[in-house]
Amino acid sequence: MHRRHQHKRRKNFYQMYGWLFILIALVLVGLFNIYPVINSLILSTMSGKGVVYSFNGLGNIKRLFSDTVFQTALKNTFIFFIFQVPIMLSLALLIASLLNDKKLKFKGFFRTAIFLPCVTSLVAYSILFKSMFGYDGIINVVLMNLHVIREPIAWLSDPLWAKVTVIIAITWRWTGYNMIFYLAGLQNIDPAIYEAAEIDGAGSFKRFKSITVPMLKPIILFTSIMSTIGTLQLFDEVVNLTSGGASTSSLNATLTLSQYIYDLSFKYVPNFGYAATVSYIIVLIIAVLAFIQFRLGGDRDEKN
Amino acid sequence: MKRIKGSFKYIFLSIASLISVFPFIWMVIGATNTATDIIKGKMTPGLEAVNNVKMLLEMVDLPLVLWNSAKIAIISTVLLLLIASLAGYGFEIYRSKIKDKVYGGLLLTMMIPFAALMIPLFRMFTKMGLLDSHTAVILPTIATVFMIFFFRQNTKSFNRELIQAARVDGLKEYQTFFYIYVPTMKSTYAAAGIIAFMTSWNNFLWPLIILQTDGKKTITLVISSLSSAYFPEYGVIMVAIVIATLPTILIFFLLQKRFVEGMLGSVK
Repeated sequence: MHRRHQHKRRKNFYQMYGWLFILIALVLVGLFNIYPVINSLILSTMSGKGVVYSFNGLGNIKRLFSDTVFQTALKNTFIFFIFQVPIMLSLALLIASLLNDKKLKFKGFFRTAIFLPCVTSLVAYSILFKSMFGYDGIINVVLMNLHVIREPIAWLSDPLWAKVTVIIAITWRWTGYNMIFYLAGLQNIDPAIYEAAEIDGAGSFKRFKSITVPMLKPIILFTSIMSTIGTLQLFDEVVNLTSGGASTSSLNATLTLSQYIYDLSFKYVPNFGYAATVSYIIVLIIAVLAFIQFRLGGDRDEKN
Repeated sequence: MKRIKGSFKYIFLSIASLISVFPFIWMVIGATNTATDIIKGKMTPGLEAVNNVKMLLEMVDLPLVLWNSAKIAIISTVLLLLIASLAGYGFEIYRSKIKDKVYGGLLLTMMIPFAALMIPLFRMFTKMGLLDSHTAVILPTIATVFMIFFFRQNTKSFNRELIQAARVDGLKEYQTFFYIYVPTMKSTYAAAGIIAFMTSWNNFLWPLIILQTDGKKTITLVISSLSSAYFPEYGVIMVAIVIATLPTILIFFLLQKRFVEGMLGSVK
């Protein structure tokens, strides 16, 4: 009896001690994540320029519906998301499954080379791409010499190609990053499963479809949610690569929601209330998309 | 048939590697050329390297700017590793129902985009009088939920018997953490450290909002402002980009093995 009592006391002691370990993190996350996100929600119901604010109810939301710049930014952000995330993740998965081959030579070299873009800053590589994708730039020179194109493409100033350039740039930067997650996941799959499937006569595509993809489902879910969040926050690239499309023939061809929020807060006459409303649109979109992805990707028994 | 398939694999991976590495070659060659040559797509090294470096040093106070970036990156990495590993360890080792719920809540905050935080954070730091200070750049970055998640996942592979043994030996709980957990989890710290350092060193949006005077600015901000000129001096900018990328490349190559090991731990 006495011993059990003592055991319980010790258990309580450890439980209390555990809180100490997480305390600093909790305080900081509360202060710099949770408080601001609630504050932002309150701010989104306010209107005003500079210092004076007054309650505006749903006024800001009404304004969204007539704000064509907002609608352009929303459309652009969606285009980036819909094209970029699937292209990048399938590419990363394909490369990872090729690199997972035990007999492959130069594996270390390929892996390092493909991961390397991840060490560059978003700003630095955007500017590199800006210099490469100029009208007389190296990309057009190479493509013309290879006879892929007859005339140079206006990568940065044509509204369509400017979007394509942004998509190419992000894919270059992040494919290797996602590949590492898939590689790590693949190494946890028992090679015997593949061998058995091969003996049963399953071709490499069949093995990929019925072993690799289902086994990696939780990681695919994780990477797709992280990429969704990343793409919806796109800022550094569009600002530094195309100045949000200000340099294109049609204004705002690559303007994203994040850049619009920045412009509303720090470039134009500051309107924090309206900017907060736009920022909540991103929160909302991420919540909806994450929910859909969980539904599609997460079978209950696989969630751990 | 098998051989054709095999060589396709190598061709595909070689092309992917070339595309991945090419911009790095481009940036090094660019650092030796003039802006006009770079815009015209010249791919051979030139003789302008020294000149470009000289011009860069005239245009910006490079040592100060690098010092600003290094200071911010090192301080935030150290604090982030400490705070995130304490939390990851706490959540995993002292598990309880309430802590699991709190942890679930924390994971949800990972989905809050920075865009939704930046205006309240900006106003908060303005009120505190910390605008244009490095403290304001560092503070919001040291509690990253992703890192807490990363450490918790890696802690699952930590041998709990070591804790029992330490308790029997009379070590206090915090001593177990610092003397046993930290040294055994070197790979995890290395991987998390690389990610944290790179994120901070390469950070753009938040420093752009907070830092206003030239003397406070980081290398990323300087590169961005150089390139937004009407006629960007690409040769000079390339030198700056090479200098800005060197530390992260070096760290990556030095700790590559640890890095991959650490990432492996996070998906177990």
